[in-house]
Amino acid sequence: MMEALDIFTTASLWDAVLRIATPLIFGTLGALICERSGVLNLGIEGILTLGAMVAWMTVYQGGDLWTGLAVAAFCGGMFGLLHAFLTVPLGLSQHVTGLGITLFASSLTYFVYRLSLPVSSSPPTIEPFQPLAIPGLSDIPFLGEALFSQTAPTYLAILAAAITAWVLAKTPLGLAVRMTGENPHAVEAQGLNPIRIRIGAIVVGSALMALGGAFLTTATFNSFFPTMVQGRGWVCIALVVFASWQPGKALLGALLFALFDAYQLRLQHVVEGGVPYQLFLMVPYVLSIVALIVMSRRARVPNALMAPYRRGER
Amino acid sequence: MRLERRTETPLALALSAPLIAVAIALALSGVLIAIAGANPLQAYYEMLKGAFGSRLSISETLTRTTPLVLTGLAAAVAFRSRLWNIGGEGQFYVGALCAAWLGHSIAAVLPPVLAIPVMMIAGMIAGALLLLGPVILRIRFGVDEVVTTLLLNFIVLLFVSMMIEGPLKDPLAFGWPQSVAVSNDVMLPKLLSRSRLHIGLLIAIAAAIIIYVVQSRTVFGVKSRAAGLNAAAASFAGVSLGSTLLVVACISGALAGLAGAIEVTGLKGYVTLDLSPGYGYSGIVVAMLAGLNPLGVVATALFVAIVFVGADSMSRAMGVPSFIADVIVSISLLTMLVCLLFTTYRVRR
Repeated sequence: MMEALDIFTTASLWDAVLRIATPLIFGTLGALICERSGVLNLGIEGILTLGAMVAWMTVYQGGDLWTGLAVAAFCGGMFGLLHAFLTVPLGLSQHVTGLGITLFASSLTYFVYRLSLPVSSSPPTIEPFQPLAIPGLSDIPFLGEALFSQTAPTYLAILAAAITAWVLAKTPLGLAVRMTGENPHAVEAQGLNPIRIRIGAIVVGSALMALGGAFLTTATFNSFFPTMVQGRGWVCIALVVFASWQPGKALLGALLFALFDAYQLRLQHVVEGGVPYQLFLMVPYVLSIVALIVMSRRARVPNALMAPYRRGER
Repeated sequence: MRLERRTETPLALALSAPLIAVAIALALSGVLIAIAGANPLQAYYEMLKGAFGSRLSISETLTRTTPLVLTGLAAAVAFRSRLWNIGGEGQFYVGALCAAWLGHSIAAVLPPVLAIPVMMIAGMIAGALLLLGPVILRIRFGVDEVVTTLLLNFIVLLFVSMMIEGPLKDPLAFGWPQSVAVSNDVMLPKLLSRSRLHIGLLIAIAAAIIIYVVQSRTVFGVKSRAAGLNAAAASFAGVSLGSTLLVVACISGALAGLAGAIEVTGLKGYVTLDLSPGYGYSGIVVAMLAGLNPLGVVATALFVAIVFVGADSMSRAMGVPSFIADVIVSISLLTMLVCLLFTTYRVRR
């Protein structure tokens, strides 16, 4: 029992929490931006997969790590544009289109990966991001090791959450995005174009999602393998609901979720008596469902979420 | 330019929509095949040959069609009532696991005539129960069933993994994670000798016909359609939305569970973690390509099976990665969505 509690006092747990949370923060922020403008983006799972492969491949072909992230963000944005074209001007079902984008992005990813590299038993590797100790802060005992020795994209993710929160809450652009998600007709009446705002939000959101995927291959691991995303995209969609569509709460939600995940990984080694490891691995998915149940009633859903906007049609 | 709703859909347009969608998808995928260094036309010819070129390949294609018809029906039934069941994959696996377990344990007790229906029904119940959870959460708490059914797929796969490495592990499988095997005398009879084709295909087609009749000839069929078209109007007209959705969920989950049960008792004989190459997800494409029509599902399931079986042999012959099959199928879904739009809307300047 004491051993199970001792895990919380190890710096490596908290270090892992931030590492596990990073792709979730990017993904949840991306999904949140799309949804605040009124469009559900279920392409997330595929875009994460795509981002993971594209970033890895760029670095493997000789690009530098930051170029890898940039290329991933660009490709994610392009798939976002496709999703936006189908769901915004054409107004297709956001559920089915999103799933279609996920199936398309992941199958294209596997196709390109297999085409570029011959089949091998162990996937080739790259030199990933190294921990970047923040001078001064990383010297603090325990906290320094636990929180301030992360890879650069992790700091970027937290910065992205702060920027997203500021833009959405404090700028005219953020107001326009939020208003499009609540009442696109009112946006039109203000002389703004809700179609363009939605397309822009989806492209930016999808680019952020791809960064989440890219983190997996350039920081968490150093290689790409199919099925590595493992439903993280769906977890992000659940986290957006859990966060009541608020960027700050999304950051907290992702961290809380990562804490459970990092804890169960360590608990597996402590618990004795033949508890199947699969039960521990189920925890993240079960938690996501629980989070959805608890928050669905309380959450303040954007009013026009999933309602296509067609000019002159009510 | 803007879109204007059509007052009625011309029949020719509705029927040609899937053909146009598939043609565009094949053209776009052809670009990828060309990038992979092969001639697209020759590649498609190889795919057709791989799917229909011999007695063996035809039987393989039909064997592959069977689960796709059932998971396609599962999606079609649910989507018609705007119930977004994306959990077909999980329901497939619980159905398969139930059938394998019963096929191993009751074969000694029951004669095959009884044991086979028991396995099928158990698989259907398992699939239905798995979908009931998310649907009740949606009705009671307003939880989006897309995310819950998707997350359940991952939970179910871990559960299956736990079972086939634990209580249901086959002790004779040399440590390979594989479930106990269905006893040979309760396997589904073969439809064609010297092939893997089993009577599951007939069960699947019968299911499609039954669903078609129920949807077009019964009060429940009308209710389930009304629930999807306009939930508010339906409940105003006295359709109980909750109970209609629950019944729809039972049927949808049962169909996907049946697909798993049939795959185990007709083909594989045991459960592994690669029993399904994504049949649950492909079922969504099958259903959308068919415009959610149960009879159309049989045709589009055959199309998807041709693509998958054909791509395997084309890949061996021409070196194009077999993932091209998934690409073709997923692009078809997107192009079909656009084509469906133009059956209900037209472009006005």
